Amino acid sequence: MNGFDLSAILSNPDYISMLLHGIEMTFIIYIGSWVLAMTLAILLLALRVSPLRIGEPIVAAYVSYHRNVPTLVQLMLWYFGIFTLMPQGLSDWLANNNAEAIFAVIGLGLCQAAYFSEDLRSGLRSVSPGQMEAAQALGHGYASAMRFVIMPQGVRNALPPLINHSVSLFKNSSLAIVIGAPELTHAVKEIENISFRTFEIYLVGTVTYLFFSLIIMGIGAYIATRADPARRARA
Amino acid sequence: MIHDFITIIQDYWLLLLIGQYPNGPLGGLANTLILSALAIAFAFPVSILMALARLSKWWFLRWPMTALVYVTRGVPLLMLILWCYFVIPLWTGADVPSFLIMLVTLVIYQGAFLSEVVRAGIVSLGQGQMDAARALGHGYMGAMRFVILPQALYNMIPSMISTFVSTIKDTTLGYVINVPDLTFAASQVNNQLLTQPFQVFLILAVVYYILCWSLTFVANSVERRIARRRAGPRNVRLPAEAAPLKTITEQL
Repeated sequence: MNGFDLSAILSNPDYISMLLHGIEMTFIIYIGSWVLAMTLAILLLALRVSPLRIGEPIVAAYVSYHRNVPTLVQLMLWYFGIFTLMPQGLSDWLANNNAEAIFAVIGLGLCQAAYFSEDLRSGLRSVSPGQMEAAQALGHGYASAMRFVIMPQGVRNALPPLINHSVSLFKNSSLAIVIGAPELTHAVKEIENISFRTFEIYLVGTVTYLFFSLIIMGIGAYIATRADPARRARA
Repeated sequence: MIHDFITIIQDYWLLLLIGQYPNGPLGGLANTLILSALAIAFAFPVSILMALARLSKWWFLRWPMTALVYVTRGVPLLMLILWCYFVIPLWTGADVPSFLIMLVTLVIYQGAFLSEVVRAGIVSLGQGQMDAARALGHGYMGAMRFVILPQALYNMIPSMISTFVSTIKDTTLGYVINVPDLTFAASQVNNQLLTQPFQVFLILAVVYYILCWSLTFVANSVERRIARRRAGPRNVRLPAEAAPLKTITEQL
């Protein structure tokens, strides 16, 4: 109990396996919600730019709700609220299949989709309309102009905010502790309760989060430089 | 269903608004607002100091601040709250209320984020402003105080308001250390009712929505106003906008 001793945590195989399980669950939640968010964001964007007039207000309401309500409250509404309203069969099935993690993925993914779709939209808006006209003058149809001319530029413009929001999604995965998903912060708290080595285990947890956040930022920076045509032309 | 909402609001509106105030600590929506207002009030000067430290030519100011900013950007707020919850009572040796712990955490966290905004604002002004101020006889601090910061901070007002919105959203995390805020009040209501969690948390979401939406609305209109004011009369395109613009530019 006395003094700082990191090895008390790192040399105990039980703690290590708890930490690894926590990291695994954090990544399941992170990757699951990222994929869900990106898929939904693309759908929302398609609905927004589509000629359907009903699309615009629906997407605007969706984005507004998810950006103005705290993520924690959204998670609580899903897990404590909507979960109880589900039909018996479905909620039983969920309860037997790690409902906490599933609701964390749904809650975080739906919330992040709003941010991702706004990032993509502002990226696309920054492509000048002349590009579309030029592409169509060169014989591209709408779809192929989108695919070969507009999208590559728009997504490239959207990369910096997308990367930032990907990092914050990773950080937000820690919110899943409130609904009881056994992710990294949960594992850290649990080890703290068993070992009473608060300082050491918090340090391990913090360094782990920082490490993966920096890796995500690094991957993002790499993709951003790869996507930069000026950089690619020089290479 | 609608009836449930009305009943809950009728029975518990005072608890949601001010917590158990006369008989206990202030809580509910009032506490959420006070906490976020105090956090932003302290985070603002802290962020300016942090930005100046990051732009400083002395490494012993620059390096620790850069490290702090990267750590706060890379670590979940929840982890930071747990750290403060553990470290602050240990250092002060006192029983610190969770409200104060949350306040300190938010000041550090939002200070680090705002300092990036301040830094970007200062850098985007360009070196010319500093050179001109120095040429006019200002020292470094004088140039910062009278020339650089007024311009940089004016451009920052919209992002200040949106930081206030995200601070309000971040106060919900105080739930994990039992800060008596709106989320805490709602979960108290939920624990008393037990049978209507969906209704209670939907009310909670709606209250946060109204609060943050109206602040975002203010931020957007202030942003448009500032953009127009900075654009000056040369960029006037719409005749409808020309008349108020003139009075605005005359005030400048």
